Amino acid sequence: MKNNLYNYILTIADNSLILAQRLGELCGHGPTLETDIALTNISLDLLGQTRSYYQYAAKISGENKTEDDIAFLRIEREYKNCLLVEQPNTHFGFTIARQYLFDVYHLMLMEKLQQSPDETLAAIAKKGIKEVSYHKRFSSDWVKRLGDGTVESKEKMQEAIDALWRFTDELFFMTDAEKEMAKEGIGIDVSEFKSTYYEEVSEVLKEATLAVPESKYFTKGGKEGIHSEHMGYLLADLQYMQRTYPNMQW
Amino acid sequence: MSEREIKNLEEIFEARIARDEKIEPKDWMPEKYRQTHIRQMSQHAHSEIIGMLPEGNWITRAPSLRRKAALLAKVQDEAGHGLYLYSACETLGISRDELYEQLHSGKAKYSSIFNYPTITWADMGAIGWLVDGAAIINQVPLCNTSYGPYARAMVRVCKEESFHQRQGYEIMLTLCRGTEEQKAMAQDALNRWWWPSLMMLGPTDDQSVHTEQSMKWKLKRKSNDELRQQFIDQTAPQADVLGITIPDPDLKWNEETGHYDFGEIDWDEFWQVVKGHGPCNKERMKARVDAWENGEWVRDAAMAHAEKNEKRKIAKAS
Repeated sequence: MKNNLYNYILTIADNSLILAQRLGELCGHGPTLETDIALTNISLDLLGQTRSYYQYAAKISGENKTEDDIAFLRIEREYKNCLLVEQPNTHFGFTIARQYLFDVYHLMLMEKLQQSPDETLAAIAKKGIKEVSYHKRFSSDWVKRLGDGTVESKEKMQEAIDALWRFTDELFFMTDAEKEMAKEGIGIDVSEFKSTYYEEVSEVLKEATLAVPESKYFTKGGKEGIHSEHMGYLLADLQYMQRTYPNMQW
Repeated sequence: MSEREIKNLEEIFEARIARDEKIEPKDWMPEKYRQTHIRQMSQHAHSEIIGMLPEGNWITRAPSLRRKAALLAKVQDEAGHGLYLYSACETLGISRDELYEQLHSGKAKYSSIFNYPTITWADMGAIGWLVDGAAIINQVPLCNTSYGPYARAMVRVCKEESFHQRQGYEIMLTLCRGTEEQKAMAQDALNRWWWPSLMMLGPTDDQSVHTEQSMKWKLKRKSNDELRQQFIDQTAPQADVLGITIPDPDLKWNEETGHYDFGEIDWDEFWQVVKGHGPCNKERMKARVDAWENGEWVRDAAMAHAEKNEKRKIAKAS
């Protein structure tokens, strides 16, 4: 039971950490000062959520772990984030598409999770909802601005949506830990809101004058630790200090 | 306006400054006052923006989640400072796009310190402690400067800066209380950032071209050399607490003057960096120009979308 809960927390928290890391790369390089501030802000929110989850996971692990052990000492195969969030920034359209496709899912998850009988998870979700609804407002506004902006921005936004679409199905794939936790009533059965997700996303894409991708070919694996080739580099950066100087206080 | 009328306005203006009254955007001001403020405030804003890069360099590699979050928050504050300062500058009748143009063309300067590379984690500590420390010494007097929008922006900037400085010092303290490797990392960072931090206070008084005028307008209350002395007096004992050594063999407490004596600054290096030939000048400018150019299609899209929305609104109303 404890082990399932531990793994379940990671499936949620790893998404936040890896996406925060990706957004952190953009600092100082955004198209406007305002978007720079917004993206760092989102990164910081996600990192805050990560820390709450990891602290909780560390506590229930019963192994004297800290949040930093969980973040910095797991290898790629142990990370449970979905493939979507580890995708590179490529260009601003990709950053926005990745953010939007994740935010819609994330908010739906938080809304369910705040009702979990697990008080800590419910409390983290409750706090997270305010942040995630802000993220979704930001990313959906930008999907519309870029989609229904210039000819060039429309092309770029469509390119990003088309490229990242294949990672959306994984959001609703359930690992064993998730299934177990859902069965116990603590975790969320994410497959339940899959169709609502696609309906909402399709509506926004249409409003943004973009085409909803028709491809039914999807990729998954991240949630079970089988990541894209991007992940190793991302972790090399993330973990460099702790790996080089183990067992120190910073 | 006749010369006599201008002279009259100038006298009224000088009298207001002498009475410590704030000058506001719609008030009459001498053209030189306007230009000097545009120069200094935009330079300050540019420094905040360029300053995001050396620290942003360590966001993905910060050694703990707590430090990563603090660093992200700090860089976000800096972007916010840039934003207030550009807005304050715009009250003087120049647009942010023009200011960016000046930065990207090299016409406008930014603080020389951000042309140094951040090569270890300890640099995040040294920057907070020394660079933000020197910035505060420069900026606190600006909370009372004569131009209202600048003074008000500085009140908020200074609050956050002193928080960042404490945070930086705390990073240094943690390293110095840590392992030998960590302490060596802290010492190395102090060695590399000490002299550049002293240079942040500007050229010596006899070399400083703007000082006299800036003093008159209360843009400056103390000279560069006085501020530098204040910074050294305040910082040297902090290095003692850390147990690391300031890289200046001539640094010594002087009982007679009640100040620290210190060694000669390498002004050739200072001018080299200011003129664009420091270790990272090219990289910093390239990063900014690239961000601007690569972001053009995004800004164009935002404009086009806003125009479309406006048209839709009008069509709907009629």
